[in-house]
Amino acid sequence: MTRVAVIGAGLAGLVCALRLAQGGADVTVFSRGTGGLHLTPGMIDVLGYAPERVEAPGETLAGWVAARPEHPYAQLAGAPLEEALDWFRGVAAPLRYGGDLAANMLLPTAAGVARPTAMAPAGMAAGDLRGGRRVVAVGLRALKDFFPAYLADNLRRAALPGGAAVEARHAVATWSPRPGADVQGHYFARALDEPGARAGLAAELRAIVEPGETVLMPAVLGMRASAEAWEDLCERAGAPIAEVPTLPPCIPGMRLNLLLTRALGEAGGRMVVGPEAVGVDGSGGRIDAVRIRDAARVRAVPADHVVLATGGFESGGVELDSYGAVREPALGLPVAGPPGGGRGLGPRHLDEHPLMAAGVRVDDRLRPVDASGAPVWGNLRAAGSIIAGAVPWREKSGEGIAIAAGHRAACTILEDT
Amino acid sequence: MAHPLHDAVRGSLDNCVKCTICETYCPVSAATPLFPGPKYVGPQAERFRGEGPSPDDSLTWCSSCGICTHVCPQGVKIAEINSIAKAEMAAERGIPLRDRLIARPTLAGRLGAPVAPLANRLARNRLVRAAVERAVGVHRRAALPTWAGRTFQSRTRLRRQPPGRPGERPAVVYFHGCAANYYETHTAEMAVRVLEMQGLDVIVPRQGCCGLPLQSNGLYPAARHYVRRLAGSLAPYARAGHDIVSTSTSCGLMLKREAREILDMEDDDDLRAVSGRMYDICEYLALMHERGELRTDLLTPLDMEVPYHAPCQLRGHGVGTPAMDLMRLIPGLRPRQVDAVCCGVAGTYGLKREKYDVAMAVGEPVFGQVRESGAELSVCDSETCRWHIAEATGVPSVHPVAMLHRSYGLG
Repeated sequence: MTRVAVIGAGLAGLVCALRLAQGGADVTVFSRGTGGLHLTPGMIDVLGYAPERVEAPGETLAGWVAARPEHPYAQLAGAPLEEALDWFRGVAAPLRYGGDLAANMLLPTAAGVARPTAMAPAGMAAGDLRGGRRVVAVGLRALKDFFPAYLADNLRRAALPGGAAVEARHAVATWSPRPGADVQGHYFARALDEPGARAGLAAELRAIVEPGETVLMPAVLGMRASAEAWEDLCERAGAPIAEVPTLPPCIPGMRLNLLLTRALGEAGGRMVVGPEAVGVDGSGGRIDAVRIRDAARVRAVPADHVVLATGGFESGGVELDSYGAVREPALGLPVAGPPGGGRGLGPRHLDEHPLMAAGVRVDDRLRPVDASGAPVWGNLRAAGSIIAGAVPWREKSGEGIAIAAGHRAACTILEDT
Repeated sequence: MAHPLHDAVRGSLDNCVKCTICETYCPVSAATPLFPGPKYVGPQAERFRGEGPSPDDSLTWCSSCGICTHVCPQGVKIAEINSIAKAEMAAERGIPLRDRLIARPTLAGRLGAPVAPLANRLARNRLVRAAVERAVGVHRRAALPTWAGRTFQSRTRLRRQPPGRPGERPAVVYFHGCAANYYETHTAEMAVRVLEMQGLDVIVPRQGCCGLPLQSNGLYPAARHYVRRLAGSLAPYARAGHDIVSTSTSCGLMLKREAREILDMEDDDDLRAVSGRMYDICEYLALMHERGELRTDLLTPLDMEVPYHAPCQLRGHGVGTPAMDLMRLIPGLRPRQVDAVCCGVAGTYGLKREKYDVAMAVGEPVFGQVRESGAELSVCDSETCRWHIAEATGVPSVHPVAMLHRSYGLG
């Protein structure tokens, strides 16, 4: 049985590991802590801005990558991306992901921005703003950092295609699983898995909502049984409800993490959370083992293939030192720094920062390459934000790259064995 | 006064990005609003601690299960920060007699062993337990172990060999810990038989307590003393090239890492030598299997489904769940990992009168899945967790080596 070590448990690492386990490989995911899905809103962005807002990501991508041969999508757009998203739709069926590459939805953020995204769970897709909508934004009194007045106010000013408009007002519901306390989103979510708890909230919503309105709620409606909780709440409230993702920890990302890690376990994959990958052993251009630092020592874990999915700067997959040098700390791979050299940082926070596109460059089989374009190791692949060339939060491309690269890395390994 | 947080732990504090992932995994804050979660009392409150009284005593509800450190993607030593802060607060306020007693399992072990039948009868007597609860504060329904008549040490004196003596077969050292010495001697015996089955000689040197219960009850100087003494008795074996194998996940972790990090014993040479050779028994057997050295050919079928709970302290080892990998090697055995993080007892936390209800609420998801499985037994690597789970569910709980022992036809 082919032994594969996947380093990193974010979206790219989990997608890759699950696809490999389904394909019969013996997979172990090593992750320093829980992966970053907890911090993401659970939407699948493929291409949102290029740099103008993108309406049809599939169509736009073709021309867009032609002009960007260094972008990860140059290896992934087209069939690999489409196959990966079809596979993901199947895997994530319990969360009812809808949408495709034909057209971006415009889903409200907690700041009242219409965010272009390709796929989202049904409970979020219900808030699609294309064509305009009448909404009532409902906050939860005990939940901090979700401001329905702010959301409604900004939505009224949202720029929508074809001059469509949002009619928005706001209200606050007082139901809480822990009366008298500030309550984080995950306590609401776990409580609302229980049908009994949903009755109290639904009664309040029924009193608030007016005919023709969609209720916009913070995305805390259920954790393990979220699709059922959402459907049940819509029915009890007598109105359509759409979830709006909150600040991290973000429940829709946690739901996706739960779904993928559980599916991985059922497919026979292993998760080893805690230790850090600190290098590899190998010879003749192939890796034999990954070096893992556990509680007592560094041990060599034998592997036939390795996938590096440690993320970008935000996850520590790439580091910048005080001299401006960029490095990849886990395996010491060559890093493609900011295009055009220099420190790659703009003068102001929200400016362009070319540095953020730093990462490892890969070939058409997603193998990290050196400056001459040759693979560093014949049996090493990279997936997700560690791949150089993208600025995901500006392009709104992060999940598309993660899923397509994770899936493609797995498929190329399965082809090799 | 020097700051109680030493550099190894304090250095991690600034890595906290307030993502709150630790809180979403915290089993205690999920069970009770009394504990606001590891982020608040850890990286956040730590900035307000220094000289003078602690700013917030909600910290006392932390069970020190360590899940927060385990899941932190930024490498913040949250559980370690909280352990040290808890010990500081305990020192400020005085440590109750109860905590001093339950922190010394060797004391209870030595007192009860010679009079085991009587001690066991008393420990099961409701009136006695009610009196103990009133007088000392150990909850009347908390699971207490059963004293074995003779200690494992006294049964196994013949195995007390010096380090490095050349033999026909490779020799490993078995570190049994207090629980397997005074109470679960059968677990220790099964571990030795299973190791011998692999063609290993097993040495059982004299050994004392690792000091973990002292550490978790804030008695740091005493804990350091215990660690030094134990490391001193095991280090000669480690230096002579013997691996040290343990059936106690928490005591093994104490010697691997916790004593060095929490008790600030990084410079202890004996401890460093022991840490480098210390293995959890399932980790050790799984590594043997990886090298093709495990006698899988002698495993006979066990046609049963068993729920398995990976204890918090095992997660701290950073080795995954080797017990699952081993049990999957047994033909017919269908191990099913419980989908919950903690059983609630966290060593001595669940024994305490004021903490017992919280510990039971924490463990309910584990108990529910064990009960619903309908299995005749459940499996868990850690002894206090086994006692707690068995008491709460009425289903006996065994160490994973018991499954191997049974499959090898050893009894």
